[in-house]
Amino acid sequence: MTPIAPTKPRSFLEQVEAGTPGDSRLSMCIQCGTCGGSCPSAEDMDYSPRQIFAMIRADMKDRVLRSNSPWYCVSCYYCTIRCPQEVHITDIMYTLKHMAIEADLYRDSAAPDLSNTFVSYVENNGRSFEFGLATRHYLKHQPLNLVGAAAMGLEMFSKGRMDWRPEKIKQTKQLRAILKRAKAIEASQKMEAVA
Amino acid sequence: MSKYLFYPGCSLQRSARPYLDSLVAIKDDLDIELLEIDDWNCCGATEYISVARLPAYALNGRNLALAANQSNGTSTVVAPCSACYLNLAKTDRYMRIDPDLNASVNDALAAGGLHYDPGTVTVRHLLDIIYHQIGIEAIKRKVVRPLTGLRVAPYYGCMIVRPDYENRFGSPEYPDVLDQVLRALGATVVDFPVKTHCCGGHMTQISPPVAYELIRRLIYAADSYQADILATLCPMCQLNLDAYQDDMNKHFATDYSVPIVYFTQLMGLAFGHEPQELGLGKEMVDPRPALAKVGVAVEGMVSAETTSTKRHSQRRRKDDPSLPMPQPLIKEEDAS
Ligand code: SF4
Ligand code: SF4
Repeated sequence: MTPIAPTKPRSFLEQVEAGTPGDSRLSMCIQCGTCGGSCPSAEDMDYSPRQIFAMIRADMKDRVLRSNSPWYCVSCYYCTIRCPQEVHITDIMYTLKHMAIEADLYRDSAAPDLSNTFVSYVENNGRSFEFGLATRHYLKHQPLNLVGAAAMGLEMFSKGRMDWRPEKIKQTKQLRAILKRAKAIEASQKMEAVA
Repeated sequence: MSKYLFYPGCSLQRSARPYLDSLVAIKDDLDIELLEIDDWNCCGATEYISVARLPAYALNGRNLALAANQSNGTSTVVAPCSACYLNLAKTDRYMRIDPDLNASVNDALAAGGLHYDPGTVTVRHLLDIIYHQIGIEAIKRKVVRPLTGLRVAPYYGCMIVRPDYENRFGSPEYPDVLDQVLRALGATVVDFPVKTHCCGGHMTQISPPVAYELIRRLIYAADSYQADILATLCPMCQLNLDAYQDDMNKHFATDYSVPIVYFTQLMGLAFGHEPQELGLGKEMVDPRPALAKVGVAVEGMVSAETTSTKRHSQRRRKDDPSLPMPQPLIKEEDAS
């Protein structure tokens, strides 16, 4: 047996950078705060985007992935176009979301569940399904709001703006094969990264 | 006649059906042909990429590959939804600049017998095509029912103007491409200060109060600027501002009533089409009082109750703790 050379585990910063396509420029952040100041959700986030980036550099993986910040990002891209260092902030927020799902760290599950429900419709049918998404999600997380949502849903049905059933593409098998392969590749890349 | 590959996206099949109907109604006026990408799949919205990265890119890769295979004299893909547009454009871009991602996406696509070389197709938003390829002058020539006197708030939302990789819209924060299109229809376009602010995105599902505040800012601004109607170009924006306006009103004890329509519906009206053909009348907030201003009557509208709107009444809550918005600067001549 060959001895395994002791390797330094990758820092959280490196993991986030590796998980974001292209050059995220995360390490270029100068902590100016422009992102948080531009963010419509910052007020409701546990930590502003700037704080999140400081915490990533401080290797506070657990706290970052437990926070609601990435899930409260509405993908408005204001931070991204205003950042003087051109950090790809919105893309990094997406990276943090799937890292949190993977590590199973985000406790208030409403947001990841919404994403997961959405994904299950897409994977099974090739199309998303607004009615199923809203009701399944509301049933689980906001049963009281479901009454209001149902009333609105009914009006949407009567106006021909909602379906009872999801649409389906023809080549669902092909799509599933592609997604399955993509997941396998991603999993093996992660194994390499850890090794 | 210019041909385009067309990616409608899931919303246009249902909740945003009026967007599709109105686009189909005006495509001859605009002299464009739209070839729907055969068997396209969902773009994943903002949710798929939150769960998994590579599958999200492969999902969009399939659409790009199908489009490339079908490109018959055209390599431009038109998407009317801002989220679809950005997902497709982003996938093509990141596959171009990130060779590892490109290899992995193509590895996945091969499992379905597909391949995509990034850059083969160009992804553009419908507004971009209408403004840059068809042009303001051609639009003006088609107007037979000018929207004179109709005060319209032009609303862009986020993902069309940001990040705007190819700088097609001039400004990521204060563009005026849509303003110009609406002006060409004869409408009075208000100088809408929050034209590129967020509609709330998926927060209507995750944490409604957060979304309500974002919706309130937009509706409040449209109301303050005395807009009769708000024109949008994205199904998500339309849904949030229209279907959740009532909930927002309940949440803040306000009674705003700003109808939300697609810019293509206003184009259709100005080009002389009938409201039914354009899918008008399917809104949750009644657009009839606004459209009556330009002599358009929407018949057969299903509505739970007849709206009694006291326009321009004092709607702001007394204890409103939110930041004050810039006061509207309404010039005498257009306040008529
Ligand atoms: S705007 Fe850019 S540089 Fe400034 S704190 Fe945010 S990420 Fe860092
Ligand atoms: S993209 Fe997300 S993090 Fe950036 S300003 Fe918008 S909501 Fe905030």
